[in-house]
Amino acid sequence: MPVLVEDPCRLLVQGLGRDGSFQAQRIVEYGTNMVAAVHPNRSGTKFMDEIPYFETAREAIAATGANTGLVFVPAPFAMDAILEQADAGLSLIVCITEGVPVHDMMKAKSYLDRTNSRLLGPNCPGLIHPGERVKLGIIPGVAVSPGNVGVVSRSGTLTYEAVAQLGAVGMGQSTCVGIGGDPIPGTNFIDVLTQFQDDDETEAIVMIGEIGGTREQAAADFIKQHVTKPVVASIAGQTAPPGKRMGHAGAIITGKAGLASEKNKALEAAGATVVESPAYIGEAMKNILG
Amino acid sequence: MNLHEYQAKQLFKDYGIPVLPWRIVESANDAETAANELGCPVIVKAQVHAGGRGKAGGVKFAATAEDAVQYASDMLGTRMVTNQTGPKGVPIDKVMITPAADIAHEYYVSIVMDGDEGAPAIIATREGGVEIEQVAEEQPEKIVRIIGDPLIGLLPYKARDAALALGFPPPLIRPATALIANAYQLFIDNDCSLVEINPLIESEDGKIIALDAKVGIEDDALFRHPGLLELHDPAQMDPLEREASEFDLAYVKLEGGRVGCMVNGAGLAMATMDITKWAGAEPANFLDIGGSADLERIEHAFKIIVSDPDVEIILVNLFAGIARSDVVATGIINASKEVGSKKPVVAAMRGTNAEEGLQLLDDSDMDITPAPDMASAAEILRDKLASMGEQHTSFLRKQESRGAGEPNKSCQS
Repeated sequence: MPVLVEDPCRLLVQGLGRDGSFQAQRIVEYGTNMVAAVHPNRSGTKFMDEIPYFETAREAIAATGANTGLVFVPAPFAMDAILEQADAGLSLIVCITEGVPVHDMMKAKSYLDRTNSRLLGPNCPGLIHPGERVKLGIIPGVAVSPGNVGVVSRSGTLTYEAVAQLGAVGMGQSTCVGIGGDPIPGTNFIDVLTQFQDDDETEAIVMIGEIGGTREQAAADFIKQHVTKPVVASIAGQTAPPGKRMGHAGAIITGKAGLASEKNKALEAAGATVVESPAYIGEAMKNILG
Repeated sequence: MNLHEYQAKQLFKDYGIPVLPWRIVESANDAETAANELGCPVIVKAQVHAGGRGKAGGVKFAATAEDAVQYASDMLGTRMVTNQTGPKGVPIDKVMITPAADIAHEYYVSIVMDGDEGAPAIIATREGGVEIEQVAEEQPEKIVRIIGDPLIGLLPYKARDAALALGFPPPLIRPATALIANAYQLFIDNDCSLVEINPLIESEDGKIIALDAKVGIEDDALFRHPGLLELHDPAQMDPLEREASEFDLAYVKLEGGRVGCMVNGAGLAMATMDITKWAGAEPANFLDIGGSADLERIEHAFKIIVSDPDVEIILVNLFAGIARSDVVATGIINASKEVGSKKPVVAAMRGTNAEEGLQLLDDSDMDITPAPDMASAAEILRDKLASMGEQHTSFLRKQESRGAGEPNKSCQS
C-alpha cells in the first residue's frame, strides 16, 4: 500500500489541458483508479470515454467518492484549485504544477494546516507505488519496479536516477515520493520519513536533497531520533555558487546552512550513508542490504 | 527579477518609507544640474544589479558639482566588477545623484521569504552599513528575526518589537515601527523575494531615512505585476543567461568552469555539475532544458553552451520521461552543425527512446562519446579531461609525441 494515500485510492484529476490530459492518460494506463476529471465547460462528457468530467471538485467528490486529488492547473490558478480540493474534503492533494508563486504557497500552506488535507508539491513529480500500480503524478511507470526501498526526493529527474541505480542492482521500490523543489512544499522530508518508518513494506530509505533551506538538517535530526531503517542520502548542488537559483525556486544558497556540505555533515552525523552523487545510490544500498 | 536602487526607492516612496530625493542621470553633464538642484555635497551611486558596490568604487562622495560630474563620467559607460558579479561585471548605464546625509547611526532591515517558516521573516540588526552575512558570521546574537503571519500579515506589535529590538531612541520608535510595517506591506503587495534597507539611518537631526533600497520580485509572480515587469533591465544580466531566458531555459553561467552541462531537470542538472568536479573539472554552467523541450529549444540550449568560450567539453545527461532522447540528440547534432562546433561531447541518455538517441549521436560525424549512465559518463569525462589537460602542458606534450594522451580523439561506445 502506498504511503500518504488513502486505501483504496479514488483519484480526481483537475486541469486536463494538453499536458494534464497526456499525463492523466498514462496514470490510467498504469492502473491507477481515476474516478473523476475536473475541467471547465466539459461536464456531461467523459475523459478517455469512461471517466466523467465535472465542473467543480465538490460535485466530482459527491458523485464519485474521490478521496485523492491531482492538480495540473496552470500556476496562476493552482492555489485556487488546491484549496478548492481541500475545502471539498480530499485527504491528499498532489500538485504537479511548476511556477506557483511563493506568496500563494505561503497562504495555501497556512490555510491547509487548518484542514485535514495534505498537499504534496507543488513543482513535484508526485508519487508512485509500483507494487499496487498507483501513480499520482508524472514518474514514468517503466522506471520503477516493486520492492522494499522507499524513495523521497526534492527532484523529479533525480528520483528517476535513484530508481534506475536501485534497479541496476536488482532493488525495487515500495513508494517513491517527490516532495518538489519549491521553497514552501506542502509535504516535507520528515512527513515522508515518518511514513516510511511505519511502513511494513519499506526496509530501507533513499533520501535525495538539494541546496537551499534547512529541511535536510531537520530531516537529519528526525532520522537520528526516530528512524531505525537504513538511510542512503545524497545532496545535489555541491558545486552551486551562493545566491544563484539553480532552476528550482528553492535551490538557492542564501546562508551557510543551505550549502550541500552542511547538509551532508548533518546527515552523516545522523547515521545516514551519504553518497557523493546519486549515481552511487544503488551501490551504497546494495552494500547495506546485501 | 531585481530592481535598480532608483526603482526600489520609488516603491519605497509610494509606501511612505522615507528616502532622500534623487536624480537619475545617463550623461555626466546632467550630473552638474542634478547636483546643483539637490545641493552639494552629493553622493554619486552607480545603478547596477550587484551588491558590494561601495567597495568596488560605485558609491562616491562629491563635495562639489564638478566632482559629481567627474565621478559620473568615471562610472558611466564602464562595467563594474564587485564580489557579487563575475569578472566581466555589469554595465553602468545610469548613476544616481542624491544628497549626502549626516549619519548618526546605521541600522539594517530586510524582509525575505523564509521557506522553512513558510512566512516572511524580518531580519534586523543595529549593526547596519556592513554586509549582513558578516554580521551573521561574527555577531549572530545581534540579529533579530521576526516572522510574519501568512494570512494575517505583520501584527503591529511585531513591527514595534522589531523597532524596539533595533534600539532606536524613544522619539524614533513610532516612525521606525511605521517604516517596518510599510516595508512589510510593500513586500506582500508586490510578490517580493527581498526588501532590503542597508543602511537604514538615523540622521544627525534625528530622522530615520532609507539610504539604500534593494528590492527583488519573484519571477513566478510577475504575470500579475505588469508595471513591475516594465522595470526589467536585461542589460544587467549575463549575455548568455539573457539569451537563455528568452528561450525559457533555466541557465546559470558559472565562473571558472570548463565543462558545459546540458541536462533535463534541475536536480539532475545539479548532480551533473557535481559529478564534473569528481571527474576533475569545474562545471561552466547550470542548464535545465526542461521536461518537454522541443527541437528548437534544444538547439538553442546547445548553441548557448558551445558559444561560451570557457567551455572546452560538453557533458549531456538526459533522463527522458516526457522528453524524447532522439529529439534531444537531433537538436544537438543540428546545433553543432550550424555553429560548426568541434568541442567534444560526452552524452548519457536514459529513458524514452534512449537507444535511438545514442545511435543518432554515434552515427553523426561529431566528436561524441555515448555513455549508458551517469557514472560511466563521468568516467569517460575524467579520462578525456586528463588527456585534454596534457594537451595544455608543454612538459606533457613530449610524452604525447611518444604516443600517450592523444587529445580529442573520438571514442566508440
